[in-house]
Amino acid sequence: MTSTMTSMLGVLFDGFAYGMLLFLLSVGLSVTLGMMNFVNLAHCTFGMIGGYVTVTLMNQWGWPFLATLPAAFIVAAAISVLFERTMFRRLYRSSDLDQCLLTIGLVFVSVATMAYVWGTIQQPVSLPNYLRGSIHVGGLTLGVYRIFLIAFALVVTAALVIALEYTRFGAQVRAAVDNQRMARGLGINVDGAFAITFALGSGLAGLGGSLAIDIVGLDPSFALAYLVYVLIVVAVGGLGSIGGTFAAAMLLGISDMAGKYYFPAIGSFLIYLVMISLLMWRPAGIFGRRT
Amino acid sequence: MTAVYPSDAGPQAYLQSQIRWRTAEILFWLATLLPFVATPNYLSLASQIAITALFALSLDLILGYAGIVSLGHAAFFGFGAYAAGLISKHGWGEPLSGLVLSGIAAGLLGYAVSFVIARFRHLALIMLTLGFGLLLLELANSASSITGGADGLQGVKTWPLLGMFKFDLYGFTAYWYALIVLFLLFLVSRRLINSPFGLSLRGIRENAVRMRAIGAESRPHIRMIYTISATMAGIAGAILTQTTETVSLGVLDFQRSADLLVILILGGAGRLYGGLIGAIIYMIARDWFSGVNPQYWYFPIGVLLIAVVLFLPNGILGGIAQLIDTARGRRWFGWLVSPPWRRRA
Repeated sequence: MTSTMTSMLGVLFDGFAYGMLLFLLSVGLSVTLGMMNFVNLAHCTFGMIGGYVTVTLMNQWGWPFLATLPAAFIVAAAISVLFERTMFRRLYRSSDLDQCLLTIGLVFVSVATMAYVWGTIQQPVSLPNYLRGSIHVGGLTLGVYRIFLIAFALVVTAALVIALEYTRFGAQVRAAVDNQRMARGLGINVDGAFAITFALGSGLAGLGGSLAIDIVGLDPSFALAYLVYVLIVVAVGGLGSIGGTFAAAMLLGISDMAGKYYFPAIGSFLIYLVMISLLMWRPAGIFGRRT
Repeated sequence: MTAVYPSDAGPQAYLQSQIRWRTAEILFWLATLLPFVATPNYLSLASQIAITALFALSLDLILGYAGIVSLGHAAFFGFGAYAAGLISKHGWGEPLSGLVLSGIAAGLLGYAVSFVIARFRHLALIMLTLGFGLLLLELANSASSITGGADGLQGVKTWPLLGMFKFDLYGFTAYWYALIVLFLLFLVSRRLINSPFGLSLRGIRENAVRMRAIGAESRPHIRMIYTISATMAGIAGAILTQTTETVSLGVLDFQRSADLLVILILGGAGRLYGGLIGAIIYMIARDWFSGVNPQYWYFPIGVLLIAVVLFLPNGILGGIAQLIDTARGRRWFGWLVSPPWRRRA
């Protein structure tokens, strides 16, 4: 294998792992946006909360890394339910602008709170030994943690798809995404389904936030810095489409990695250009059906 | 909602009644002269406020009146700022012509972008404005041979205004320069809003489909107001460059677009004075707390945003107007109130 090939495959692998992270962070937003048309800019805040739960449990209480992941999921989901019940639900029928403003206000408050409690420095995370290091496959160096990340995210994706396609609850959620009024008319409890989906989506974001610490780091700016990426994934993938979100997350993850590797000067510029062109071509996203 | 609809006496009479100047308005503009005598040490802050107010007014035209949500309005502010900086750096430091040229440059950019903006609504629109703002920021960052990149543009020199008034260290010239430009463009906006064109903008904000059904195509209107708004934002940026004689990447930052949205919402969008009041309160508060870590500064801002959305849907000005309404049982301040634009069509 030539060295160019190897380096290209390496970039592809890293981009794939990064795309998996983006998928975990954004899939919840995609489904909830598709269901309620609620523009939740605070979605990455739940990711950040998950990250801080992991860091605190590991460094202060000595929990093992893997045990902190369910905790991150549960805490992020619980806090999101609290927000949804007290604030978000009052704005389902408001304008996009009001929804944007309320949730960006929440982002500001959470960023300041995290900075106050944990400081503005990057939070350290020490992975267990079996997740460190790398393995060599035919000249390729693959990080063990990235392999773990990809496998983990693939399992989560499979579980999501099965839950959404083959369960009664999944059918209700799909019906609500397709046509909320019709679903209500058929007697589906859309609000209840939404609350559960919202909690699950935020929990997944929390999980993504915990898993992201080792790859991209964790500090209070996480909620804003990754918001843009998550929004790109959701807007390009199409609302309420798990397959679309997955494809968009992979596309963004790989092209971002490749852009930074091969065109470091204009890498992030290219991402935005691609996003704008895609949105102009298909405003509802690549796999989106509705505008 | 207390809304002034042009229903009783017809649209002409409604617009006529809006054009008349109120006492409170005249008092407001007289009060803008106060910093010259009352706080002469704070004139550079006052000029910053005037620039921000102009920028907020430009966003109000598209957001408050035409209902176009933009998360990237700093693109035009920054474009105007860099245009003014580049004109001055390449040997032409005359402020007035520089201002006009920068405004035209930002307006042309706005006109080009408006063709895209007018086609979209909802999430796609929010994402496009956001993406466009970030795109321009990255472009300015990469093209460091022209813009100076992260180091900022060096060597900007502004000649004395009209060849007589030097831009001094205390911001005396800067403030009255910014104030006069703000007042002139405010007059333009006021005239624009109280015209049939302004009325159709409000119609588009309320229901674009219905406006089309009655024969008023929305896209040309949106293109025009977007171009005007971009021009004004560019002029605001150019004043900042000319009075501070530096340009940094911060003029294009997402934070600037977000702050601007906060300012306008706090003051009250869809009211000409909303952005102005918001800019005064926000900038003074930020100056007050300038010693505090900027990360903490966003805590009260966030709380305020949440509170405004949940409890004060028309901003501070709307809240005051409502309070006065309730207290007096009559609408003395009806001119502050505009139709309920927040309800989704």
